[in-house]
Amino acid sequence: MKAFATLLDRLVLTPSRNGKLTLLADYFRDTPDPDRGYGLAALAGGLDLKSVKPAMLRDLVLERMDPVLFQYSYDYVGDLAETISLVWDGTRKDEIDDDHQPRLSEVVTRMNALGRTEVRSAVRDLLDKLDTSSRFAFLKLVTGALRIGVSARLAKQALSDMSGKDVTEIETLWHGLTPPYEPLFAWLEGRADKPVLATPAIFHSVMLANPVETGDLEKLDPADYAAEWKWDGIRVQMSSYGGTKKLYSRSGDDITGAFPDVVGSINFEGVIDGELLVGGTARSNNPTRTFSDLQQRLNRKTVTGKMLDEYPAFVRAYDLLFESDLDIRAENFLERRRRLGDIIQRAPHDRFDLSELVSFATWDELDRIRIAPPDPVIEGVMIKRKDSPYQAGRLKGPWFKWKRDPYNIDAVMLYAQRGHGKRSSYYSDFTFGVWAETPDGEELVPVGKAYFGFTDAELEVLDKFVRDNTVDRFGPVRAVRAERDFGFVLEVAFEGINRSTRHKSGVAMRFPRIARLRYDKLPRDADRLSTLTAMLDAKAG
Amino acid sequence: MKPEALLHPTPAGLFCPIGRFHVDPVRPVERALITHGHSDHARAGHAKVLATRQTLDIMRLRYGEDFCGEEQAVAFGEEIDVEGVRVSFHPAGHVLGSAQVAIEKDGLRIVVSGDYKRGVDPTCAPFEPVACDVFITEATFGLPVFHHPDPRQEIDKLLTSLKQFPERSHLVGAYALGKAQRVIRLIRDCGYHEPIYIHGALAKLCDYYVGQGVDLGDIRPATIEKSSPDAFKGAVIVGPPSAFQDRWARRFNEPLIAFASGWMMVRQRAKQGGVELPLVISDHCDWPELLSTIEEIGPSEVWVTHGREEALVRWCELKNIPARPLHLVGYEDEGD
Repeated sequence: MKAFATLLDRLVLTPSRNGKLTLLADYFRDTPDPDRGYGLAALAGGLDLKSVKPAMLRDLVLERMDPVLFQYSYDYVGDLAETISLVWDGTRKDEIDDDHQPRLSEVVTRMNALGRTEVRSAVRDLLDKLDTSSRFAFLKLVTGALRIGVSARLAKQALSDMSGKDVTEIETLWHGLTPPYEPLFAWLEGRADKPVLATPAIFHSVMLANPVETGDLEKLDPADYAAEWKWDGIRVQMSSYGGTKKLYSRSGDDITGAFPDVVGSINFEGVIDGELLVGGTARSNNPTRTFSDLQQRLNRKTVTGKMLDEYPAFVRAYDLLFESDLDIRAENFLERRRRLGDIIQRAPHDRFDLSELVSFATWDELDRIRIAPPDPVIEGVMIKRKDSPYQAGRLKGPWFKWKRDPYNIDAVMLYAQRGHGKRSSYYSDFTFGVWAETPDGEELVPVGKAYFGFTDAELEVLDKFVRDNTVDRFGPVRAVRAERDFGFVLEVAFEGINRSTRHKSGVAMRFPRIARLRYDKLPRDADRLSTLTAMLDAKAG
Repeated sequence: MKPEALLHPTPAGLFCPIGRFHVDPVRPVERALITHGHSDHARAGHAKVLATRQTLDIMRLRYGEDFCGEEQAVAFGEEIDVEGVRVSFHPAGHVLGSAQVAIEKDGLRIVVSGDYKRGVDPTCAPFEPVACDVFITEATFGLPVFHHPDPRQEIDKLLTSLKQFPERSHLVGAYALGKAQRVIRLIRDCGYHEPIYIHGALAKLCDYYVGQGVDLGDIRPATIEKSSPDAFKGAVIVGPPSAFQDRWARRFNEPLIAFASGWMMVRQRAKQGGVELPLVISDHCDWPELLSTIEEIGPSEVWVTHGREEALVRWCELKNIPARPLHLVGYEDEGD
């Protein structure tokens, strides 16, 4: 348990991707089986562990501690698992020897073997036997709240770094394996052959598109390509075979549990690539709803009946990788689509539809279509070579995405925060605002935050401005001078805009970044909130 | 005599009206007894200062020759009469020269602990319990959440990280007086003998510690403007935490920020400060040490000052030990 606990402690405070990869790879290399396999499962979201209610944990700690002192402690720390992990030892005790602490694998097997009435005393016993940091890891695992900024994809990349095997290969195997993944580690370390998969109903790495850049299309014959709308949802893969039905995000995270409405409607076998959206399918003649509606359904482990009613999900299918257990990825795009069409035709019409092809004769014509799409939830077009096989990764040539141009506004820098890692001595996270009518007259209200888009040289300029013009400090955040005739104007580019109840301004931008530093403008020349709300209204209309 | 007649809180700090002196006053006074050299306890500008030789030396280093009107050095255990009040200084184990002050009159003895710790620290004399009627304790880490681990275990984390990230400069934040020297000494004791680079703010105090017989090994300045980031690849650099947020930190290669402080026990504190590697090393008592010290000394009354007073007072109530918070102002909550 100690090694896993130490890893968690480091991961949670390590912002850089490379730093996390090093920590993960070292852990997988240095930790014995089966502990590392359970650790991997915990990180990648595949660990099955008996859960414990916070109320029981609180009861356990109050068995041996004054409630007032516990409350003071909890108020200070703010996190129940961390508070309990810290206050559990009331008196000075020698550190528990690493070799005498329960191993992660022991903890998992013991917890999962417990009957209902045994949980309480087993948890108490484990809390006694673990040291502070392991106690924290244990409590986070059993309360199911392991938030450490590591995706399944990152964990697999670390396995690849550790072994030299291609991450796509690991990805291909992943969903056919279960914790503690001993055959996987044996293969990664060259001690055994590659594990063989029993079913195709696993995640397969997806084919990605490149953005259209200047001059890309001129060389290409439009007749060789088909176009589809690019819908503003999330990319998913549906896998179904032999009764196993799964829904994966584009990075391979299993999101089956959050979408019982979609998964429960699957009546076919095979692997389908498509866009997950909320609203009605084309076949049901109901409109496709916005990304912010879809967001209500994302990042949840479970979903309520009310959510299912209010935000019904469906899949707009655009490719077929497996027809039943037959791998058809080598067939061309049109042929795969033909077979996909047959499957979708027979599938429930309110949960699945086929992504429509957009007809065009010239690139200019497609450009015009792209700029004025017929539906506000469309964010551009996809261009796919008709004879292309389905190839994982981002190859240049077969698939392109041609997005609507980004939106731009001029905003004023209001707050700045220091970055992390390499940027820890720079003010590199900027909150910016626009003018809005308030009861006190016209004021700058924050509308978003951006921390990239600028060059290193521009960062020097921004950082210097922050240091020279700080007017207030709130912990790590500095407020900077922002007046009608003095301040820093930033041109902010973003992909879309949603209504938000969380932000005071009522709007939230998607993917905002700093496009240009507008030395030539004064804050009074910056945009008004009404410009942003008009974009919202245009979208809703 | 009531203890309050011998010593009581005033806006300037704890005051003894009979002996006409203050302990660690926060504004200039006629006569000050100083427990240790941290700037919130030892301020410049008093007419007369009574402290250990080392504390006086440290005040001179920090504030210059004329840091006070008149100084008087006192040895540990030596008894001094101040206007009929018996005063003596005893090791507090906090930083070099740190002392508790015992104040006695007509058979009533009050001990002001100043800041203190019970853990092993080779850079200063260890805390000595002094029997007394009233024990005035600090409560910087006066919450049951604070359990400082063995500091060598924390240094091992740093040494492990140096192996895992050999290309990154490891910047260890540590307060200039006491913590920095203790951390360097601990790193040496854990078997690391490469040069350790220090921020300019640490130089005079490190020299002083070395002069007092604390071996810090090969320490070099990290403040040469022209040095290239490559020179600090995989090196340990010790400096005051505030410097790491400054332009100063840019000379280093992919800096990895560590911070040696008791506050690092709480993850959110580390996260807010942008700390990647928290090292829980404190020069204050943790919760179990506060409790065991009170139990060991067995005073008839406990007064609690700076820090989380309410939790320690609550614990004393549960143990039927009369206790009250002093609500003194001017001592930094963040001080460690």
